Amino acid sequence: MPGAPWLAAEVAGTVEETPRVRTLTLGAPGWPGHHAGQHLDVRLTAEDGYQAQRSYSIASAPEDGVQLTVERLDDGEVSPYLVDEAREGDRIEIRGPIGRYFVWEASDPTPLLLVAGGSGVVPLMSMTRHRAAAGGRAPVKLVYSSRRLEDVIYRSELEELAARGDGFEVVHTLTREQPEGWTGYSRRIDPELLGEVAWPAAERPRVYVCGSTRFVDAAADGLITLGYEPQSIRTERFGATGS
Amino acid sequence: METRDLRLDGNAIGGLLLEVFGLDLTAAPSVCGSCGSRQEVARLDVYVNAPGVVVRCCRCQAVMMRIVQGRGRTWLDLSGTGCLELGELG
Repeated sequence: MPGAPWLAAEVAGTVEETPRVRTLTLGAPGWPGHHAGQHLDVRLTAEDGYQAQRSYSIASAPEDGVQLTVERLDDGEVSPYLVDEAREGDRIEIRGPIGRYFVWEASDPTPLLLVAGGSGVVPLMSMTRHRAAAGGRAPVKLVYSSRRLEDVIYRSELEELAARGDGFEVVHTLTREQPEGWTGYSRRIDPELLGEVAWPAAERPRVYVCGSTRFVDAAADGLITLGYEPQSIRTERFGATGS
Repeated sequence: METRDLRLDGNAIGGLLLEVFGLDLTAAPSVCGSCGSRQEVARLDVYVNAPGVVVRCCRCQAVMMRIVQGRGRTWLDLSGTGCLELGELG
């Protein structure tokens, strides 16, 4: 089809993010570039010709090539290969970028609220990295819900970005288990939590929420309770995983 | 797992719509043929676990699109969609 050619891509490097999550850097000649927040489709072809394809969010800033961060779903057809088996030099096929709806440009100065559940942080990390790479000035708050501290993806990079003091803040909540001395939140996202950390609705922030369906519904409903306009909240749901 | 966990949104079929239409439709406004609600395709409710893909209005839950692929063909039922607005979407 003319709008969706599959491109050959080569795994150029991998990084273990957490025990269940890995980042893959892809080399893909002919890749047209992406906007922060978009995803792509990955297609694998077995020796017998069987094909499986899934969508994955792009983790990298548009300034920085194509990186995918993938969480292993134990009953998945594609993610176990990408997380556990793919090696440098392996070839896969990709199609995209996809998603003109869930995108953010660093030139936009409007306050930005990012709400992430589990690996829903991935497209929001692309936005965060895009802001850093492009020198964006929008004040940003990232509210990030994980099960445990060791499940937090990009933990040290987020700390470093927040330590710059240039208007990026991250607020963690750990829903299942907290380390001793944990001073962050320790419950699922609810209107009260959002009310304490989010921009007041009167500031008319832009909002991006990504996570499992339950997470996204809870976060979006909470923000609407706080007076956010439904149309100001952009959401992306990825099924029954995450926090 | 409950039925509500199976509900995704229009972002999830961005690649499929790109394949079928040759356009990225996730930001395209759509009008529900039942209630007249106008929403970007990304905001619609999407079920991918049916035989094929079922897209429902996020306001009134009426079926807006059904997309089935097989044997090298695509069957596209848009009878529940009042209008799809295609701009500079590619």
